[in-house]
Amino acid sequence: MSAMILHWALTAALVMLTLAMACSTVRLIRGPRAQDRVVALDAFYVSGMLLLLVFGIRSGSTLYFEAALVIGLLGFVGTVALAKFLLRGEVIE
Amino acid sequence: MTRWLPYPRISALLLVTWLLFNQSLAPAQILLGVLLAVSLPWLLARLQPVPGRPRRPLTILRLAVRVLLDIIRSNIAVALIILRPGMRGRTAGFVRIPLTMRNPNALAVLACIITATPGTVWVDYEPDTGMLMIHVLDLIDENEWIHTITQRYETLLLEIFE
Amino acid sequence: MSPDTELPLWAAIVTAALVLLGASLALIGTVGLLRLKTFYERVHAPTLGTTLGIGCILIGSMVYFTVLETRPVLHELLIAFYMTLTTPITLVMLVRAALYRDRYHGRNQVPDSDPPKSTLIDKDRGRD
Repeated sequence: MSAMILHWALTAALVMLTLAMACSTVRLIRGPRAQDRVVALDAFYVSGMLLLLVFGIRSGSTLYFEAALVIGLLGFVGTVALAKFLLRGEVIE
Repeated sequence: MTRWLPYPRISALLLVTWLLFNQSLAPAQILLGVLLAVSLPWLLARLQPVPGRPRRPLTILRLAVRVLLDIIRSNIAVALIILRPGMRGRTAGFVRIPLTMRNPNALAVLACIITATPGTVWVDYEPDTGMLMIHVLDLIDENEWIHTITQRYETLLLEIFE
Repeated sequence: MSPDTELPLWAAIVTAALVLLGASLALIGTVGLLRLKTFYERVHAPTLGTTLGIGCILIGSMVYFTVLETRPVLHELLIAFYMTLTTPITLVMLVRAALYRDRYHGRNQVPDSDPPKSTLIDKDRGRD
């Protein structure tokens, strides 16, 4: 019983997080301005990180949590770099 | 001591965290942990943080509980705004808030609180005038926001940092 | 899915509810990213996922692994600590970048900087 509840809940969560990544991708493509795309990319990273966390619960392996941490770090550094780039005002749209 | 370990507590914390995460007390792991515990605080010292240590742990706890409740409340509020069909009858806008505190550490904490709460984002702060600008998703009354930031957070932060 | 057989029912329900709540908050956040009209409104939306969304999923995971006693919950604590630290930084930087660009391009819906002598531009140029 508890295995079944957990299985369905985790599967539903995975579907929702995939949809969240899809929404961010749409905003990433649509823009319209560079800062919109960067916010979308950041949300995409966070959704991916949450997806990995749910995978981690599903499989019971620590590996996914470490991967989530690395994804989070990369996303943070990437977003900060892009924001810094936008601040310099040298972006051609 | 101060030259090699500018922040002994942070060094100790880093070493313990490293060993806990690796779940081992092997000499190699201890060596790596010590290396991290010495090098990272040295990098931190290069950043030249403003001296000043938070006081009154009870007030910190009160602030933490208050922020947590506010985050939960505004999560619900923002989720309802997004899910509401139509999106009419709501204005977003910038609010200017005069702050009395000048401590950079307190301001940093306030920036984290305001930004981590959905519905408000820290935008700009003028150190000369002490004027803070935030952006609010659901702006009904500017004075209400000024009151919230100054009474709810700033008074506690003043107690903690000044 | 092997260790689930020993999990008590209450723990399964709590974990399931928390994970579902967290995932739906993250989804609502990105839906907001699509639905809201301007950049400054949109920047609020992903905060749902990065605060309560990730918080719920992490607490769910902590409950799950604590009840199963497979491993300590240190990773969750580290991720939570790290998220509370980084989310405000990225958001504030992005908003400031957007404000700078809007002022630069002369968009009229953004407020001017208060005393004109110390704007974003001066501060940032000075630092680099």
